[in-house]
Amino acid sequence: MLEVHNLSGSYGSKNIFSDISFKVEKGKILGILGPNGCGKSTLLKVISGIMPPSGGKVIIDGADLNEYSPRQLAKKMTILPQLSASSFSNTVRETVSIGRYPHQSGFFSSWQEEDEKAVKKAMRQTGVEKYEEHTIDHLSGGEQQRVFIAQALAQASNLLLLDEPTNHLDIAHQKQILDMIRKEVMQNGLTVVSVFHDINLAALYCDELLLMENGRVKAFGAPHEVLLTEQIMDVYHARISLQAHPEQPKPQMTILPDLQEQQEKMITDNSFSIQQEYVAFRSAFPLRVLSSAVHNAGLGWYSTFINRTVEPQYDIENVKEEFWQYIIEQGFSPTNTIGMMTAVDTGNAVLKKYETDFGEVFVVVTAGVGSAVDVSQSYKRKNVFKVGTINTWVVINGKLSDEAFVQAMMTATEAKSKALAHEEVIDRISNTIATGTPTDSLLIAATQQGQYFQYGGPITEVGQIIGRGVFEATVEAIQIYKKGDS
Amino acid sequence: MKKKIMLAYSSSLVILMISIWLGVSIGTADVPFSTLWDQETNPGAYNILWSIRMPRVILAGLVGASLAIAGAAFQGLLKNPLADPYTLGVSSGASLGAVATIFFTFSIPLIGTYTLPLFGMTGAFITMILVLSFARLIDRSMKMETLILTGVIFSSFLGSCISLMIALSNNQLREIMSWLLGSVSMRGWPYVQMILPFVLIGFTILWFNRRELNAMMYGDERAQSLGVNVKRRKYALLAGGSMLTGAAVAVSGAIGFVGLVVPHMTRMLWGTDHRHLLTLSFINGASLLIICDLVSRTIISPAELPIGVITAFIGAPVFSYIFFKQRRARR
Repeated sequence: MLEVHNLSGSYGSKNIFSDISFKVEKGKILGILGPNGCGKSTLLKVISGIMPPSGGKVIIDGADLNEYSPRQLAKKMTILPQLSASSFSNTVRETVSIGRYPHQSGFFSSWQEEDEKAVKKAMRQTGVEKYEEHTIDHLSGGEQQRVFIAQALAQASNLLLLDEPTNHLDIAHQKQILDMIRKEVMQNGLTVVSVFHDINLAALYCDELLLMENGRVKAFGAPHEVLLTEQIMDVYHARISLQAHPEQPKPQMTILPDLQEQQEKMITDNSFSIQQEYVAFRSAFPLRVLSSAVHNAGLGWYSTFINRTVEPQYDIENVKEEFWQYIIEQGFSPTNTIGMMTAVDTGNAVLKKYETDFGEVFVVVTAGVGSAVDVSQSYKRKNVFKVGTINTWVVINGKLSDEAFVQAMMTATEAKSKALAHEEVIDRISNTIATGTPTDSLLIAATQQGQYFQYGGPITEVGQIIGRGVFEATVEAIQIYKKGDS
Repeated sequence: MKKKIMLAYSSSLVILMISIWLGVSIGTADVPFSTLWDQETNPGAYNILWSIRMPRVILAGLVGASLAIAGAAFQGLLKNPLADPYTLGVSSGASLGAVATIFFTFSIPLIGTYTLPLFGMTGAFITMILVLSFARLIDRSMKMETLILTGVIFSSFLGSCISLMIALSNNQLREIMSWLLGSVSMRGWPYVQMILPFVLIGFTILWFNRRELNAMMYGDERAQSLGVNVKRRKYALLAGGSMLTGAAVAVSGAIGFVGLVVPHMTRMLWGTDHRHLLTLSFINGASLLIICDLVSRTIISPAELPIGVITAFIGAPVFSYIFFKQRRARR
């Protein structure tokens, strides 16, 4: 569809970009990224023919850009420059109709049925039909941008060049416009080349990305090939971190601010309180937490954890709302609190503290093993919920990497199983040694200050403490449970 | 939509007819309109109508129409509703040409009285070419800001030249001043004949660029990507507009406000679409100037006010009123 060969562009003697080559296939979206002043908007102008290149060539559908007359080119390609306010108040209809200019020829060229259809279709696609007779200056920025995109769609060319199509728009309008463009690409084979300011939006909506630095191509490829942490930090001179998008297989980045933390963050015994109704952990600052809790599971930052006692006949159906309400009633913030529940008396919780070279590590366990299960034999039983849960917290004064968090979860789980074996807790259906209960919850929390741990496996410095601590605390908790049971 | 356009054209034409009828009938001597077709009953009145009032009305109409359509085109081209023929320095050039003719008492033997309009038009064209080449020299892509700035520079320079001539003139002072204030009186048919071809050519040039003007409202870059040959169209529009302005200023002097007010009013009433805006401004410009001329010669009769005074007097309040109303309606 579009091929760019060794393209260079300059303003007078000032070189803006040089030696840029890439190809875009039909039905794809290419995003052009780069810091301010890297030449991305100028590149777009040269590709569109608005500015002559100082070297190289642009090929559209197999023919050089120069071989097209302005009108022919306008039928092949549309460029939508950044939204600029018009001093005149045209109606939406008039504005969209201008898109038909290249399709009308001759001195008395009249409005054909085809033109009417194209305008109507473009207005429908962009959802501006209902404003048809309104003047454009009465519309919001997002609506105006949709009108201009409708104008571009009415032009009915197969290649659309956009310069920051969602600039100055709120996220609802950003999504709306990019979803709409994406839909055009998927359904009607439109090809789009767009300059983006927002790296995350570009990664999300583009098939390919072109990263520019000082007028040259730094990287070109699929978003996961171009958005590499080191590369982005290098080009933009900003610290960032990449994560996966929750729904799409696309990388997303976050800025890492260079804030100096003055305050030293340390967890001590004072943060824990063990009561009849619940065990609570309260910290003055949030900790990074990975957990399988009932409320706020997953990875996040929280400063309060609670593990509460519930009645054995607790209605699990509307646990989400009930727990939210409960946290508020206890005077905590539901968005800053992790919640677990158990049927055992939390007054019997075991809190253990371990002094280490890097700081203190705390382990809190409540155990009920009435419905203990051997995970290797669990396929033999029907899914019956019975009370009896082992809830484990591990709070570390240290900094853990993502893999250390996951490894810490594994280490703690293995230690728990070992504790059950040590106490000879039996799966009553298979009559084998149990490995846990059907509803165990585990929480690993770290202050993310102090010593850094890349790994959290059994023989690492932090893993050793986790293994020992979880084992000892779980054994103690099971013994207390057995005592109460007998 | 179609209905609205029909209404726009028919109402504009009706107003023009009424303006012509009033312009021809009303004057120091009360002559009924029907005298136009009746030479026998009153040969004197017939004579007044055909040799004095009719050419005056038609000249006023042509001047008004030219200034208005040129204003509409320049505004669309410059994407600036406050632009008008004067912004580009074109009318200053025309004025300088005309004032120089009076000041130096030029007279080319064969064409005699036409010397002044001819020099005026020449001044307009030369100024246009200078402004365009200078703007091009600064910025090859001829951005609109560059054009406006160049126009302003030339306007002020030419204005100083005119002031200098006024300061140095003795005998010609009154003549220069009255020409500068603008008038369509006592010009007669030869002037009508003289500017008519320029008006027609200018109108045609602009009219053939009506759709391009619509595209250029969205910026030069967008227009180019729509397939408009922006540079060529820009030249055509500037040439057409300058021709119309030059012709109008040369025969009637500096008559302000028409090129600004008429396209504005037309746009507010009937929309921004240049396919209709140009022609409607042309018609309404004619009506406005015919009425203004009528007022200028009747309001303090038997004396006459300069027509430029009237256009400003009528134009400014009407413009303000419409502007005010529009803004209020928007809230």
